[in-house]
Amino acid sequence: MSDLLNVRDLRVTFPIRREGALPWSKPQPLQAVAGVDFTLRPGETLGVVGESGCGKSTLARALIGLVPATGLARWNDGQDLLAMTPRQMMAYRSDIQMVFQDPLASLNPRMTVGQIIAEPLTTHRPKLGRAEVKDRVRAMMEKVGLLSNQINRYPHEFSGGQCQRIGIARALIVEPRLIICDEPVSALDVSIQAQVINLLIRLQKDLGLSLIFIAHDLSVVKHISDRVMVLYLGRVMETASSDDLYGNPQHPYTQALLSAVPVPDPTIETSKTIVPLAGDLPSPMNPPSGCVFRTRCPRAQARCAAEVPELLGGDHGIACHFPGHLTETEIAHARRTEAA
Amino acid sequence: MALLELRDLSVRFQTNDAEVRAVNDVNLTVEAGETLGIVGESGSGKSQLSFAIMGLLARNGRASGRVIFDGQNILNAPPKVLNRIRAEQIAMIFQDPMTSLNPYMRVSDQMAEVLTLHKGLSKRDAVAQAVQMLDAVKIPDAKGRVRLYPHEFSGGMRQRVMIAMALLCRPKLLIADEPTTALDVTVQAQIMQLLSDLQRDFGMAMMLITHDLGVVAGSCERVAVMYGGRIRETGPVGAIFAEPTLPYTQGLLDAIPRVDQDDEELRAIPGQPPNMSRPPSGCAFQPRCPYRRDVCATIDPPLEAFAPGRARACHAPVPEVLGRMTRAAPEPDQPAAHPNEAVPQPIPRGAVAGAGAAGTTSTTEGQ
Repeated sequence: MSDLLNVRDLRVTFPIRREGALPWSKPQPLQAVAGVDFTLRPGETLGVVGESGCGKSTLARALIGLVPATGLARWNDGQDLLAMTPRQMMAYRSDIQMVFQDPLASLNPRMTVGQIIAEPLTTHRPKLGRAEVKDRVRAMMEKVGLLSNQINRYPHEFSGGQCQRIGIARALIVEPRLIICDEPVSALDVSIQAQVINLLIRLQKDLGLSLIFIAHDLSVVKHISDRVMVLYLGRVMETASSDDLYGNPQHPYTQALLSAVPVPDPTIETSKTIVPLAGDLPSPMNPPSGCVFRTRCPRAQARCAAEVPELLGGDHGIACHFPGHLTETEIAHARRTEAA
Repeated sequence: MALLELRDLSVRFQTNDAEVRAVNDVNLTVEAGETLGIVGESGSGKSQLSFAIMGLLARNGRASGRVIFDGQNILNAPPKVLNRIRAEQIAMIFQDPMTSLNPYMRVSDQMAEVLTLHKGLSKRDAVAQAVQMLDAVKIPDAKGRVRLYPHEFSGGMRQRVMIAMALLCRPKLLIADEPTTALDVTVQAQIMQLLSDLQRDFGMAMMLITHDLGVVAGSCERVAVMYGGRIRETGPVGAIFAEPTLPYTQGLLDAIPRVDQDDEELRAIPGQPPNMSRPPSGCAFQPRCPYRRDVCATIDPPLEAFAPGRARACHAPVPEVLGRMTRAAPEPDQPAAHPNEAVPQPIPRGAVAGAGAAGTTSTTEGQ
């Protein structure tokens, strides 16, 4: 089966003036996304994880043309999404929809739920009659677990979880092939979060959707994704099938991230070894030479500063000169350096 | 004597629509040096509980009951008394360090202010102590960075500054309200490690308020689960996680995706948390509870001890319900260690996860 989306060397650069710089000085480039490659198959879920500032939201915005980007994003029919004019892009917007993090803030408070969900439909399918639109909206509300008699209510009358369902209904109404979810459940309570995740998984199966699922919660991403991509300072550190990445992480950064995730089990939680990361995230204005992770890596060597590691390894891609499981000695060494 | 004892603590808010009963008759103790986790979803009253202890309720809020700290009732005490206790005896850190630090003041000034006010130190000595404390929370180059403004620190470093500030007067109790919720996991791990180190070094008790059961599992000794403004289950962390008896606690544990396990489908708790201006009749969890009985809708169960150090407020605790189901199973000689196989159909899906542990306890035998 051919790929739904094929992304090569995606880059997003923002011009930023340095702190304290004079207003007329030349802005410096900040690479928020620095050469990301991935492919997405129909019906597949790609999870994107990374710490705040790693470029995961910018990646999503670039794909739907909300921020200018360079590189190649080849859609199923061979067209490059990044090279399109806004008018050309219009035809593809109904194929790619987005669900945002803050459920209430992403809904217009002055529109009723019915109007909110119907808006994409009236924009992209202008030929539909009024009655038909209303029928589709009602059907979609039922599908995402809302009562269709609430069609005339306003967003503030709904809880956070319900607002997220409205957001999902709005994304699904134009029958997209790809939904980009940017932290869709991180604002929700645990019990509600599970409801929304289950809903997304069920809808995806029923409708054969592809998902790009962006989140900082590694457990949620593991649960929902077929493949996972780990970003650090706008670069892919490791990408693999979900089972492979979580079961057999090779990049030191992935191992550090996974070791830090709290597990709701006191016996495991109090006995596990956390891989410490030295210092803070470096400024993306001035990323380290060679491997961007080397300044915090427990395994960094001279070669890491000199050469940029390529993403190698096919299905389980790793961008590291020295991949493999960190040994107890390396972790202990990292802990001593962190303490010093 | 317990360091902190809450007796029938309630918090009410007067709003235009209705009276919101945010916290209802909470009884709780914190021993010196102990870490108590308070877990609950948004709106469960966990933050208001801590605000009531510290006398920080919003203007339309009213607290009743007793908050006994070190033998003295401090609830609704005059500001003069409270000001001596706050910071010197009980300190608090909040979720968002950026909004809790004063953006107009240098870190050195806001930290020194605490010491000059409470300890009567000179500015120079106060800043020197502030630097020491920043060192203790592992801020690199503390001496140089104490002159910076809060916005010049990263999120994790800002949280360290706030912790340092809270610890300046060596409080006996630290109330941490979602201290790591705004942080990345790697930073969260660092901060939790730091808090537990400091707690050990300073011999301080901690009340950790969080929605994250993973964080509780890693750092608390005891835990209290709040729902609808009441504490519904308390006990040692190990016991609560291994065999939760409250359907809500079990539901929460089942609803979390886990990074260390392959879970097929998440078992979500249906429905939504209650609106506390119009709480449901009887038990607040009753509309969402898989084990609901008739009595649940009429009488809100009291919090009762049922095992050493454990208490619950429930008419239909999990082991009891499962015990009854298991007895009614067609093959009674199934080994007790595998109650999953003996469980008949009528058990809701969410029930089964805890059954392995819960079904084997002596509670089941005693039914």
